Amino acid sequence: MIQDYLPILIHMVIVVVLALALMGLSSWVGVRRPTREKNAPYECGIPPVGNAREKFSISFYLVGMLFILFDVEVAFLFPWAVVYKSLKWFGFIEMFIFVGVLFAGYIYIWKKGALDWSR
Amino acid sequence: MSTVQASDFICILPQIILSGFAILVMVFEPFVPAARRVMLGWFALFAVASAGAALAWTSTLPGTAFGGSVEASFFSIFFMALFLLVAALCLLGSFDYLARDHVQHGEYYALILMATVGMCFMASSTELILVFLGLEISSISTYILAGFKRQDALSNESALKYFLLGSFATAFFLYGIAFVYGLSGTTNLTALAERIHAQSSPPIMLWVALLLMFIGLAFKVSTAPFHVWTPDVYQGAPAPVTAFLSVGPKAAAFAVMLRVFLVTFAGEGAVLFWLLWISAALTMIIGNLGALAQTNVKRMLAYSAIAHAGYVLVGLATGGEEGSASVMFYLLVYALMNVGAFLLIAHLAGTGEHWTNIEDFRGLGFERPGVAACLTALMLSLGGFPTTAGFLGKFYLFRAAVGAGLTGLTVIAVVTSVISVYYYLRLVVVMYMQEGTPQAPSAPMPWPLRVALAVCVAGIFLLGLFPGNVLTLAHLAAMPLP
Repeated sequence: MIQDYLPILIHMVIVVVLALALMGLSSWVGVRRPTREKNAPYECGIPPVGNAREKFSISFYLVGMLFILFDVEVAFLFPWAVVYKSLKWFGFIEMFIFVGVLFAGYIYIWKKGALDWSR
Repeated sequence: MSTVQASDFICILPQIILSGFAILVMVFEPFVPAARRVMLGWFALFAVASAGAALAWTSTLPGTAFGGSVEASFFSIFFMALFLLVAALCLLGSFDYLARDHVQHGEYYALILMATVGMCFMASSTELILVFLGLEISSISTYILAGFKRQDALSNESALKYFLLGSFATAFFLYGIAFVYGLSGTTNLTALAERIHAQSSPPIMLWVALLLMFIGLAFKVSTAPFHVWTPDVYQGAPAPVTAFLSVGPKAAAFAVMLRVFLVTFAGEGAVLFWLLWISAALTMIIGNLGALAQTNVKRMLAYSAIAHAGYVLVGLATGGEEGSASVMFYLLVYALMNVGAFLLIAHLAGTGEHWTNIEDFRGLGFERPGVAACLTALMLSLGGFPTTAGFLGKFYLFRAAVGAGLTGLTVIAVVTSVISVYYYLRLVVVMYMQEGTPQAPSAPMPWPLRVALAVCVAGIFLLGLFPGNVLTLAHLAAMPLP
C-alpha cells in the first residue's frame, strides 16, 4: 500500500531539486548589470509617477470580490449547458433554483448599495 | 438523474426549509428599517419552528436519500432536534441583545439559520464529503457571527482567531478524508466500513487518516491540545453567539465523531481508544485547572466548556450503546446549561458587555434574587450537583465508563469534576455572600429572554429528576451505532 505513494515522493523530490537548481543556476551563472531603468517597478518605458503604496477606495475590493463571486457562479452554468438535453426538466429546475439563489444575493447587494460606486 | 425522487427531498426537508428562510431573511433585510429588524428575528424563529415540524414528519419516514448520502434515522433526528432547540433558544436570547448593543442587522438571523443547516447536515449525512460541506457551512457562518460587533476590537479579534485556526483545522479534516479515499476508493461511510473490515491488516495510512480527521474535529469541540482558541473566541464574541457556538458546532462535531469513529472505524479500536483516552484526560485536566485562574465569567465558562468536552470524550472512549447514549444525553443537558448561562450573562453584562468580571456580580443575590437564583441553578448543574441534569449526565457517562472498565479515566474525570465545583461555586459565593452592589445596570429582563431561560432551567430540573423518556430516546438513537 505504502509503496503506491512512491511516485508522489519522487515527484516531490524532483520539484524541489528542479526549483532549487533553476534558482541557484540563475544566480550563479547569470550576469547582473543593473541600471536605473531596469530597477524601475515596470520596465515599460513610461516613467513612474507617484507612490506605489497608494490607497484604493474600499469599493474597489468590494466590487472586485462580488465580481469574482458571480463570475465563478456563472461558470457552473457551462457544464449544465453541455448536459442540458440529457438532464431535461430535472436539470432545468435545479439550475433555476441555483440562479434564483444567486438572484436573491444580487438583490441583497444591490439594495445594500454595494454596487453604488459613489458611496 | 432520474434516481432523485420526491422522498429524497422529504429526507432533508428541515434543511431545505431552514435554507429557504435564511435566503428570504437576507432578501428582506435591506427593505426593513433598522428599528423593526426584530421582525426578521421572529421570522427566523418561525423558520426554526417549521423546520421542527418538518423534522417531526421526517422522523416518521426513516431511511436514506440521495444515493445513500443522507439519512433520516433516530440518530440524526435526535441531533437535529437538539440543533433546532439551540437555534431557537439563541434567537430568543438575541432579540433584545442586538437592539441594546446597536447591531440590529438581519444577517444575524440568517447566519444562525445557515449555521443550523450546516450542523444538521453534519449529523444526518453518511457521506464524508457532505459532512465536510456541513462543517464548512456551519463554520463560515459562525466565523462571521463571532465578529458581528464590527466596532468592537475584541469581537474582531475573536472572529479572526476563530477563522484562521478554524480554516486550518478543517483543512486537516479534509486531508484525512483524502487519505481515506486514497485507501478505500470511497467516501461513503457505509461502504467504507465494509471495505475496511474486509482488509485483513489495517494499513498504517489509515491511522494517519484517522489522526488527521480527529484533529479537525477536535478543534471544533475544543479538546486539548486544540483548545487554545476557545477562551479568546468565547470572550470576544457577542454572548448570545458564544451561547450558540459553544454548543451547536460542538454537538455537531461530536455527532460526526460518534458516527465516524464508533461505527465506520470501529475496527481500529485500540488506536482510537488511546487517542480518545489521552485526549479526554488532557482536556479535563487543562479545562478545569484553566478555569480556576479566570476572573472573567465568559473566559471561565469557556474553560468549563473545554472541560465538558473532555467528559463527553470519556463517553466516546467508552463506546458501545451505553457510551453513545450517555454522550447524546449529556450533549442535550450541556446545551441547556451552557446556552442558559451565556444568555443570562449576555443580559447581566449590560450594554457593550462591560460587566463580565466575576467581581461585577457582587451582591446580585440581594439586588435581583430571581436572576441570581437562575444563574445559581445553572452553575450548580454545570458543576454536577444532584437533582440537576448536570449530575445525571455525568453519572451516566461515568457509569458507562466504569462498566466498560475505564476506571483510570473515570477517576481523572471525577477528581477534575470535583475541582470544577470550586469555580462554579465561586460565582455563587460572590453573588450571595459578598457585600456590595452589582456593577451591572439592572435593566428589566425582556420576556423572550425569560422564555429562553425558563426553558433552560426547567429543562435542567426536568431532565435531572425525570430523565427516563429522553434517555430512552438517546438509547434508541444510539442503537444503530455499535
